[in-house]
Amino acid sequence: MNAATLIARAAARRESLKATLLSVLLLLLFLGVWHLATTSPAAMPAAAAQALTPEQIEYAKLMGKDPTGLAAPSSVSKSGFPTLAQMGSTAWGHLSNPFYDNGPNDKGLGLQLLHSLGRVGLGYVLAALVAIPLGFVIGMSPLIYRALDPFIQVLKPISPLAWMPLALYTIKDSAISGIFVIFICSIWPMLLNTAFGVASVRKEWLNVARTLEVSPLRKAFEVILPAAAPTILTGMRISMGIAWLVIVAAEMLVGGTGIGYFVWNEWNNLSLPNVIFAILVIGVVGMMLDLMFARLQKAVTYVD
Amino acid sequence: MSTDAAPFLKVEGLGKVYPGSPEHVFDAVNFCIHQGEFVCIIGHSGCGKTTILNVLAGLESATMGHVFMDNREVAGPSLDRGVVFQGHALMPWLSVRKNIAFAVRSKWPDWRRAQVNEHVEKYVALVGLATAIDKKPSALSGGMKQRVGIARAFAIQPRMLLLDEPFGALDALTRGTIQDELLRICAQTHQTVFMITHDVDEAILLADRILLMSNGPQARVAEIVRNTMPRDLAKGRLRATLHHDPQYYRIRNHLVDFLVTRSKDLSHGRAPAHPPVVTPGLQPETEPRSPPVATVEPIPLRRIA
Repeated sequence: MNAATLIARAAARRESLKATLLSVLLLLLFLGVWHLATTSPAAMPAAAAQALTPEQIEYAKLMGKDPTGLAAPSSVSKSGFPTLAQMGSTAWGHLSNPFYDNGPNDKGLGLQLLHSLGRVGLGYVLAALVAIPLGFVIGMSPLIYRALDPFIQVLKPISPLAWMPLALYTIKDSAISGIFVIFICSIWPMLLNTAFGVASVRKEWLNVARTLEVSPLRKAFEVILPAAAPTILTGMRISMGIAWLVIVAAEMLVGGTGIGYFVWNEWNNLSLPNVIFAILVIGVVGMMLDLMFARLQKAVTYVD
Repeated sequence: MSTDAAPFLKVEGLGKVYPGSPEHVFDAVNFCIHQGEFVCIIGHSGCGKTTILNVLAGLESATMGHVFMDNREVAGPSLDRGVVFQGHALMPWLSVRKNIAFAVRSKWPDWRRAQVNEHVEKYVALVGLATAIDKKPSALSGGMKQRVGIARAFAIQPRMLLLDEPFGALDALTRGTIQDELLRICAQTHQTVFMITHDVDEAILLADRILLMSNGPQARVAEIVRNTMPRDLAKGRLRATLHHDPQYYRIRNHLVDFLVTRSKDLSHGRAPAHPPVVTPGLQPETEPRSPPVATVEPIPLRRIA
C-alpha cells in the first residue's frame, strides 16, 4: 500500500464522515421544526379565543378542541398532531412490547409486521417460482416471447389492487386474496428481467457451451443462470420494493391483520402517533428488505 | 506429414449466402488439412473466414458444400474440435480454474474432482499461468485471458483446434510470447490446427500451409502457400532468427502482394475453385516484382501439387 492510496482512502473517509454529519444535522433540523410546529401554537388559540363568541367556544369544545387552552399542559399539542414527547412515548410503548395480542383490534406492532411480512414472503416466493422459470423460457424462445408479449403488456400496468374484487370473489378468502395481490404485482418485474437477462446472455458463452457439447440442463444452470443472475436479481429487488408498497394498501382494503390494517385502524382511532410510528416502521422494514437484496445482487454480480 | 495420406479434414465446395443478400459471401471453398498440420487462413475482413471457422466448428451451417473430418460429415459442434474464440469468451463469474474445469468436466463427466483438478492444473501450467489459477478473468490482462482460452481448448484434448484470430487484440510483445507458447505446445502435442489471422508474420511463424482467401463477395481460397521455412521438430520455428533468412522475405512478399493487390481482383468468383499450391522463392522463375494484371485466371504461379 503506497502513500497515494492512503491519502485517497483518508479523503474518502472524511467525505463519508461529512455526509453522516450532514444527515444528522438535517434530522435535528427536521425534529426541531416538528417540535416548534407542534408546541408553540398553544398560545395562538388562546389569543384567538378572545375573538370568539361563547357559542363558538362551546362548539369548539364539543368538537374536541379547547380554544382557551386551559384544559391541557403546554407540552401537549393543540393541533392534534403529536409532539416529539408523545412520539417518543408511543415508540417506546411499541418497541418495549411488540408482540402482545389483545384480540383482533389490539395486537402489537411486531405481530402486525410479521403478518405483513408473511403475506409478502408467501406471495413473493410464489411469484418467483412462476416468474423465473417462465422468464427463462421466454428469454430462450423468441417465439414464446412474441406470443406472450401482448398479454404481459396488458397485464403489467394493471394496479394490483384492481385485482382485489376479482380475487375476493373467486378466492372468497381475504387473507389469500392479499397474498394473491402480492403475487400478481411481484411477478412482472421478475418475469421481464429474467427474460431480458436470459435473452441477452452473450452468444460467445453459449457457443463455448455448444462446442463443449454441454447438456441443456447444465447449460441452463451453469452458463445462463449465472450470466443472467445480476439482471434477475435486479428484477427481484424491484419486485420486492413493489410488493412492500402494495401490501400496506392491500391490508387497508382487506383488514384483519398486518401493518397496513394497523395504520388504517389507528387512523380510525385518530391516534396519529401510532400512525406516524407505523409509517416509520414501514419505511425502515422496506429499507432493510432492499438492503438484503442489494447484498444478494452484489454477491452474484461479476466484473466483465 | 505426408500429403498422399487421406486428409484428416476435408472441405468441399463450401458456400454461404446470408438471407437478404443476392451473392454468396464465399462459394466453392475447397481445401484440406492433414493430421498434425498447422494451417493458417489469411484474407481481408468480410471474406468469410470466421464463417468458415464456425462451419468447421459446427456452430454455423453452410448454404452449400460439406465438411468432413476423418471421413465423417461435420453436422454440429463436437468435443473433437476445440475452439479458441476471438474475444477469449471466458465466463467472468468463474475463476481460471473453474473456467477450464467446466470444459474438462464436459469432456470427461465421470472424472473425480481431484482428477479434474489435476488435469486443469497441468494445462494452466502449460500456458504459464499457474500463479493466476484462482483469479477471475477480470483480474487478468488481455494476454493472460487469451492464454486461459487456449488452455481451455487444449485441456479437452480435441482432435482439431480452431483458432479465430486469437491474438488480434493483443500488443505485439504479448503476442510474440503467446505465439512462442502456442508453437511449443503444438510441437509437443502434434495438434492439428486451423487458425485465422490477419498477421502475415504470424502465419509464417506458425503455419505449415497458408490459405490465401480472395475478397468477397464470392470469396474463395485462391491459393495455398506451402511454408518452406525450416521447422525444428521439438521447438517449432524460432521467432528470434526467422527474419534473418532471406527465404522469409520471399514468402512474406508473396503474401503481402496477394493481400494488397491480387486479392481484390479475385473477388466475385474469379479465383479458381481448386487452389494451386505454391512455394514462393523456391520456384524456377522468380516472383514478379510488379503484380500481374488481373484476368479471369490470374494465377501466374506454377502448380506443384
